[in-house]
Amino acid sequence: MNIVTNPQKLRGFEKQIKVEKISRRGILKGLGVAGGLVLAAPLMSRQAFAAYQTGASKMPHGVVVNPRVFVAIAPDGIVTIIGHRAELGTGVRTSLPLIVAEEMEADWTRVKVKQAYGDEAKFGNQDTDGSRSTRHYLIPMRQIGAAARVMLESAAARRWGVPVTEVRAQNHEVVHASSGRRLGFGELAEDAAKQSVPSIDALKLKDAKNFRYLGKGEVSIVDLRDITVGTAHYGIDTRLPGMKYAVIARPPVTGGKLVSFDAADALKVSGVEKVLEVKGWPWPSKFQPLGGVAVIARNTGAAIKGRDALKVVWEDGANASYDSVAYRKQLEEAARKPGLVVRTEGDVNAALKGAYKVVVGEYYMPHLAHVSMEPPVAVADVKGDKVEVWAPVQSPGGTREDVAKTLGIPEDNVTVNVTLLGGGFGRKSKCDFVIEAVLLSKAIGAPVKVQWTREDDVQHDFLHTVSVEHIEAGLDKSGKVIAWRHRSVAPSIASTFAANVVHQAPFELGMGLIDVPFEVANLQCENPEAAAHTRIGWFRSVSNIPRAFAVQSMVGELAHATNRDQKEMLLDLIGSPRIVKLDSVKDPWNYGEPYGSYPIDTARLLRVVEVVADKGKWGRSVPKGHGLGIAAHRSFVSYIATIVEVSVDDKGKLTVHQVDTAIDCGTYVNPERIQSQIEGAAIMGLSLAKYGEVTFKNGKVEQGNFDTFPVIRMDESPIVTHVHIVPPDSDAPPSGVGEPGVPPFAPALTNAIFAATGKRIRALPIGKQLET
Amino acid sequence: MIKIKINGQDQAWDGDPDLPLLWLLRDEIGLTGTKFGCGQALCGACTVIVDKQAVRACVTSVSDVADREVTTIEGLDPTGDHPVQKAWRQVNVPQCGYCQSGQIMQAVALLTENPKPTHDQIREAMAGNICRCGCYQRIENAVHLASTGV
Ligand code: FES
Ligand code: FES
Repeated sequence: MNIVTNPQKLRGFEKQIKVEKISRRGILKGLGVAGGLVLAAPLMSRQAFAAYQTGASKMPHGVVVNPRVFVAIAPDGIVTIIGHRAELGTGVRTSLPLIVAEEMEADWTRVKVKQAYGDEAKFGNQDTDGSRSTRHYLIPMRQIGAAARVMLESAAARRWGVPVTEVRAQNHEVVHASSGRRLGFGELAEDAAKQSVPSIDALKLKDAKNFRYLGKGEVSIVDLRDITVGTAHYGIDTRLPGMKYAVIARPPVTGGKLVSFDAADALKVSGVEKVLEVKGWPWPSKFQPLGGVAVIARNTGAAIKGRDALKVVWEDGANASYDSVAYRKQLEEAARKPGLVVRTEGDVNAALKGAYKVVVGEYYMPHLAHVSMEPPVAVADVKGDKVEVWAPVQSPGGTREDVAKTLGIPEDNVTVNVTLLGGGFGRKSKCDFVIEAVLLSKAIGAPVKVQWTREDDVQHDFLHTVSVEHIEAGLDKSGKVIAWRHRSVAPSIASTFAANVVHQAPFELGMGLIDVPFEVANLQCENPEAAAHTRIGWFRSVSNIPRAFAVQSMVGELAHATNRDQKEMLLDLIGSPRIVKLDSVKDPWNYGEPYGSYPIDTARLLRVVEVVADKGKWGRSVPKGHGLGIAAHRSFVSYIATIVEVSVDDKGKLTVHQVDTAIDCGTYVNPERIQSQIEGAAIMGLSLAKYGEVTFKNGKVEQGNFDTFPVIRMDESPIVTHVHIVPPDSDAPPSGVGEPGVPPFAPALTNAIFAATGKRIRALPIGKQLET
Repeated sequence: MIKIKINGQDQAWDGDPDLPLLWLLRDEIGLTGTKFGCGQALCGACTVIVDKQAVRACVTSVSDVADREVTTIEGLDPTGDHPVQKAWRQVNVPQCGYCQSGQIMQAVALLTENPKPTHDQIREAMAGNICRCGCYQRIENAVHLASTGV
């Protein structure tokens, strides 16, 4: 054991870092850092697991609970557990198999994780999005592990001729306590496989107090070593014999078409072998490719150089006039007029009319590109009517389905191998780049890798929407908020699936608009119309980002208007501890979860505010030029509150000194990965707040690479970020972690900027707004 | 014919001398640990070490490194236990991990030049390497850890 002697210098980690080394068949594996602040052990009572329902069964293909599908034991004792969700950086490829290992009493150092290919009939739903994996799979994975354990125990009991009640699995073997006999999992593997799978309902799950791994955060991600030595396999790393490299020139305007091209110069580039047209689908077409001209070469560098030499004529089509400056005005006008009412309580018009004072805030947020560090990339090998694909996809099942449909072949003919994803953030839920590779491989009769450049990624993304949020709050004489009207206007993700969509879908309205947890007697949410002019898609946290920015900025504005502390104003608006009633909402969505198990519980929201205020020392005195800001938001059925300390110097330079975030995500599996997700969410929140903006002119995206679409770098990242994991109530089911950290960051930041400078940021990104 | 020593092995290239080193490494030789993130020296994902200095392989042509020694993440340490790699594992730095080979190579170059950097110097020296997942706090801690002894 090796104790780091100066842990106080490791920023953001409250506890001393303890490093242990264990040998794993020659593999050195660093055990986890017990970092951050886990405020108490999670309480996972067995009754709790019986008590809650999730929306998992309503997802396409539902849930499969079958140890034969997910667990394999080799005679040498190595247990292989299937990871059926995609690894994009959350740690899910480790966490879900770890749950299985826990229940089956496997020793993690003798467990291997195998990535599932796309097959939802076999594995159940595989869409890795919506911050759903742990909340949908904690119980199923426990049941799979418990079933495997029972099979091992039954096999041992049989071999010894003793009742199964006398034997017990522990640390990778089954023990008969009274005789002292023991058999390793490997020795039992063959017999265990012959046992029938026990009834899932009859399984007895482990008592939480006996957990060896769950809730502890002491196991590193399974790919840690491979990542640090360069052998981890991402989408970009697939190489097949005879494989060709392709890049594609795509229509610069969404819905545009290829008219003609001249490939003569491109074909002169050394290494370029072929130039051909790629089929495109008319917009909107869900996730089908945009079409264009592909350059095929012996390596990616040659393909890129060849594409630079192409001469292409495009027809721009109906979106050629898309202009972000004009569009913003259009959204603002729409937001100032009544729109479709999507939630209403009391009489907001009368209350605003009769209010002593009305505070109005209008907030703008532009399109954002995902810019996952690994741009979209895919390898396809089409042989006759069989297709094999290797790709970093969040939705391998959906990819398989879409590839099969595109080629008109049965899904059984399509194999989708899931690589690691170099980030996803929602972009890689859409498989257009995979279909491109499939079409090209079919056309040239060889395996093809399609590589998107960073410019392709920014200019042909399924962008985060663009929005105006218009909030009017009416106050009575005492400063109490008696009226709240929130109009939210933004093109919908549904526009990517169907033409003429002008309203937000329930899953968008439910992200921070109709689920506003404020106790205001007269409250109305409206959704005026907006048409899309480019491909809109999910971006980590989705509509929660602009809504939390608007709502939590408004809290700051109301605090200022009534001369009150931001946190007090926030607590006041949230009001009494209660379950929020959404009776007037047609489809409250609630992240697909049953409201009974996952209601909007304001007690939990109030608590994260109190926790972050306590741990983050809200109200502390800060140097001149510094300011503190706070924001809280429920999303993906988790509760988060963030405090940011900033300073702005006389040239307008912004420094983020400290971030404190408290998260209540219910029962949890791996606090160490929760901490890393929340640390990362602060960076992504700061990126979008400070720089994030994709704009259109003449229908074309004006940005291209990290020079024109910057993201936060280390020298401007928060100096320290503390994560405070709030222990759940005894029976709080698990909830989202990957996304909820993002939404409260921007408003906490801009509230802090207001405290530091008196300048209210109502339009993101901050850009040059602080320069004087 | 251009000759380069890559991770101690002699390699030869008789194709386009302007080909960015990144694609020679990845596509022609099969050293895929070096990643592509921007192609414009803006993100650091492709960082390799050429004669002790961190270099962006995406904007370095093969002819620029003729007769020089290139080290990629695969050649950093024979057992993968360079102090920087060990520090990375001890702090559990990666999320998706895609940027990390570039981050590690940059950190190695930094520590070669400045074995005991301050936190501010780390933040400055690593600013060319983007991590979209936002692992900066841990990268900073890992570089610090590597500099003080793992
Ligand atoms: S790929 Fe070379 S710096 Fe980004
Ligand atoms: S770990 Fe994902 S980009 Fe750095």
